[in-house]
Amino acid sequence: MNWSGKRIITCIAALGILLLAGCGGHQQSVIDPGGPLAGRTAGLWWFFFWLLTAIFIAVLALTLWTLTRRHRGIEQESLEVTHLPSEQTESKLTRVVAVATIATVVILFILLIGSVVAGKANADLGSRAKNAMVIDLTGNQWWWQVRYDNPDPRRIVTTANEIHIPIGRPVEIMGRSNDVIHSFWVPNLQGKRDLIPSRVTTNWIEADRPGTFRGQCAEFCGLQHAHMVLWVIAEPEDKFEAWLNAQLRPSVSPTDSVKQRGQQVFLNHECIFCHSIRGTTAAGQVAPDLTHFGSRRGIGANTLPNTFGNLGGWIVDPQRVKPGNHMATVPINAADLQPLLEYLESLK
Amino acid sequence: MNRMDKALTQPDVETGGVAALRHSWRHPGGIIGWFSYDTHQAIGMRYIVTAFIFLLVGGIEALLMRFQLAHPNSGFLSPDRYNEIFSTHGTTMMFLFAVPMMEGMGIYLVPLMLGTRNVAFPRLNAFGYWMYLGGCIFLYWGVFSNSAPDAGWFSYVPLAGPQFDFGKRVDSWCQMITFTEVSAMCVGAELIATIFKMRAPGMSLNRIPLFCWSMLVQSFMVISAMPAVMIASSYILVDRTSGTNFVNPAEGGDPLLYQHVFWFFGHPEVYIMFIPALGFVSAIVVAHSRRQIFGYPAMVLSMVATGFIAFGLWVHHMFATGLPQIAQAYFTAASLMIAITSGVQIFCWIATLWTGRIRMSTAMHFVFGFIAIFVLGGLTGVMLASVPLDLQVHDTFFVVAHFHYVIIGGSVFPLFGAFYHWFPKMTGRMMNEPLGKINFWVLFIGFNLTFFPMHILGLKGMTRRIYTYSPEMGWGTLNLLATWGACVIALGGVLFLVNFFWSRKAGKVAGNNPWDADSLEWAASSPPENYNFEHLPVATSRYPLWTPQEDFTVVTGLRNDRREVLVTTLMDAKPHHRYVLPGPSIWPLLAAIGVSVGFAGSVFNNWYIVWGSILTGLALIGWFWPRRPVEMLP
Repeated sequence: MNWSGKRIITCIAALGILLLAGCGGHQQSVIDPGGPLAGRTAGLWWFFFWLLTAIFIAVLALTLWTLTRRHRGIEQESLEVTHLPSEQTESKLTRVVAVATIATVVILFILLIGSVVAGKANADLGSRAKNAMVIDLTGNQWWWQVRYDNPDPRRIVTTANEIHIPIGRPVEIMGRSNDVIHSFWVPNLQGKRDLIPSRVTTNWIEADRPGTFRGQCAEFCGLQHAHMVLWVIAEPEDKFEAWLNAQLRPSVSPTDSVKQRGQQVFLNHECIFCHSIRGTTAAGQVAPDLTHFGSRRGIGANTLPNTFGNLGGWIVDPQRVKPGNHMATVPINAADLQPLLEYLESLK
Repeated sequence: MNRMDKALTQPDVETGGVAALRHSWRHPGGIIGWFSYDTHQAIGMRYIVTAFIFLLVGGIEALLMRFQLAHPNSGFLSPDRYNEIFSTHGTTMMFLFAVPMMEGMGIYLVPLMLGTRNVAFPRLNAFGYWMYLGGCIFLYWGVFSNSAPDAGWFSYVPLAGPQFDFGKRVDSWCQMITFTEVSAMCVGAELIATIFKMRAPGMSLNRIPLFCWSMLVQSFMVISAMPAVMIASSYILVDRTSGTNFVNPAEGGDPLLYQHVFWFFGHPEVYIMFIPALGFVSAIVVAHSRRQIFGYPAMVLSMVATGFIAFGLWVHHMFATGLPQIAQAYFTAASLMIAITSGVQIFCWIATLWTGRIRMSTAMHFVFGFIAIFVLGGLTGVMLASVPLDLQVHDTFFVVAHFHYVIIGGSVFPLFGAFYHWFPKMTGRMMNEPLGKINFWVLFIGFNLTFFPMHILGLKGMTRRIYTYSPEMGWGTLNLLATWGACVIALGGVLFLVNFFWSRKAGKVAGNNPWDADSLEWAASSPPENYNFEHLPVATSRYPLWTPQEDFTVVTGLRNDRREVLVTTLMDAKPHHRYVLPGPSIWPLLAAIGVSVGFAGSVFNNWYIVWGSILTGLALIGWFWPRRPVEMLP
């Protein structure tokens, strides 16, 4: 038994190292932080990980060691009759168990203090920062509406499924939901926060390096919970400002005839009941704002990358790509499709 | 009848002896008779067998999910089907397998361990089983009529509310809860009464076997926690069927209220499944290391403390909803406290093993497997108690890994150990030990292969309850590994079934006490007679069968010509009075049918509550119709 015990430990250790090795450098990872909040949490994680791993190995070793003891039961003779070892052995065991229990309590206290300190620091970020900005995030089945708040209503920007943030500035996410409970989670930046109908929840994110970080709805929200993705794009302050100013502008009216036809196709179909494109008469409010659709990375809450081909497939049959989603299948003539795609992709 | 008449005419009723005892405890014949059984062995076994079938059903659902997730962008299941299957899997495993299985084991073993003949309320016991079966049929009737629940086993509103979930899907979930909770409450009440009042004389509180302590704690938890989930599911049900808007945010209801009430049940539920397993482990450790448990008072106090603390940490399922800092710190501390009570028990078991003389039987293998898996699951639980870490890994596969480690490791491994340990008692034959050890290793390896990678998937950002993922996420390899692991677990299940059926037919004959174990159930024959003991035993110590044989005393003077048991005092188990249990009856089944008509029908039309109540009332009149005492029968 000793043999198999050791082998298990070796196997588990080898497996653990092997699997953890493949962890780093992903766009949706808890332990690859892109900002101070996730960084603090990752630090806490590794502290917990190493301490608890050591405890696990110790407990497992102690347990398996019981199998290797040459004279199992120190007082064998007496054990046969009373099924109890000697008084001395019992009191020795009592001391060991008491020490182990006290050690458990002490370790838990350390973990508690570490955890509360880290949690408080993560939650209090905004009260210290002067240059904080606010973004309204609204969850919908199954896409994200993003709104950059501003005291000046002309400077409010609305977009979807993509959040741009400047590096080094704490951002407060004001979370709402239009239907069921969703959860906003960008692991490289911060832990999750639920978006609950009839409530407003807040969460802080901050990036300290440029990057694109993937986030995904983390609370089961129905049929297409798997395809409710958003990207957070962290960029230097000047690039962010440039992006924001570009978003503020209404869409450009197309000049070439193909795109003009595309625009007419859009405006003459049911698209306008749900979508809006600022600068045109399309002003629907229940689906993603398409004013700068061409500048975004994905289609259908990032179910597909934003390419001509994917967009064509999406418009022709959205239910095939993302079954159950709330986009209607709008019949569009074959001849109209290409101009429509040209127009939509030109909305940079 | 002749024997019984003879017994009646004897001045000393005991001279009727075993024959009279057998006669008064016999099972009625015929089909109606079969539906009237009320002995704890029969009802316990019905629970165990039914719950085991639902373990297999839930396992098949798990395999279907694993096949879907084995590859990115898989089209094996549609999103709708996937949602139904994961909801049904969780619901089945929680409500139709884990809790009823533990209760079945309790019903079967507790009276034997306490040295009595049946549970305190045998007809209530039968009624509880029929209600449970009603819940099983009701849920799976939904599954096969395209009305399987699809909003998760937790049914969060408003997703489960009338605006977002159409048809009868969530309704079938809500009423299944009511069915199984009624059943669980029946078992809880009768086990508490049995453990408190029907112990063998001499079995004072400090001599109760640890498994009975665990069932006592579990029963109190059932009675305290289950009403909460019935309230929670009823909120949804009446919101859906009657437009009450308790938890409908669109009409001023509060979705978070639902979560609080649900998790006030949901967290204790974990310990309702887990605490009986602590009892299994203690019984196996004592019997197979052949020494008394180390730290009996510490073990008992830890279980009781776990039972209390379990009600104070439900909010750690809701950290992501955003609570004030101080509340979060409180619930973190409360969650961490569980590690202290669990730690004490693990230390006590290791101390027992350390100084015992271990017999590496299959049951013991499962205990070692339990310690390895459960400790790992417990330690990831410590991580989840920390708010910043929980906010990261909550609702990811890390949590999936965690709770499968604690539930499968903490409950199912001890349960399989218990099957191997008590199979000889239940059937009279031994299970095959070499095959049992292979069975253990297959399950152990399969389990770790399936669930260990999920920790890493969670850290790599894989959220729960997604029906698919794209290849760029880099989750494919680990998911494929987990699917292979699930197949290995399935193989382990098949090995167990093979061993079970083979051993039942051809296993070595066990005898009364094949393990040379300590507790009273091993004094009964294998399998036990309906009356368990010819003479009720007296507990002269905490380990009655390990006290030298000449000290094994029994109770005399109980009448054998009727179902008489001894009621003892709560603290010291001094004989108090004799009590006659009722005999078998068809009325519990009829009452359960009446209640089922009300519950099942109420999903469609509120009037069924009335019809169901009338039927139940009629059945209860029959149930409680006064009868003449035996001695007055002509």
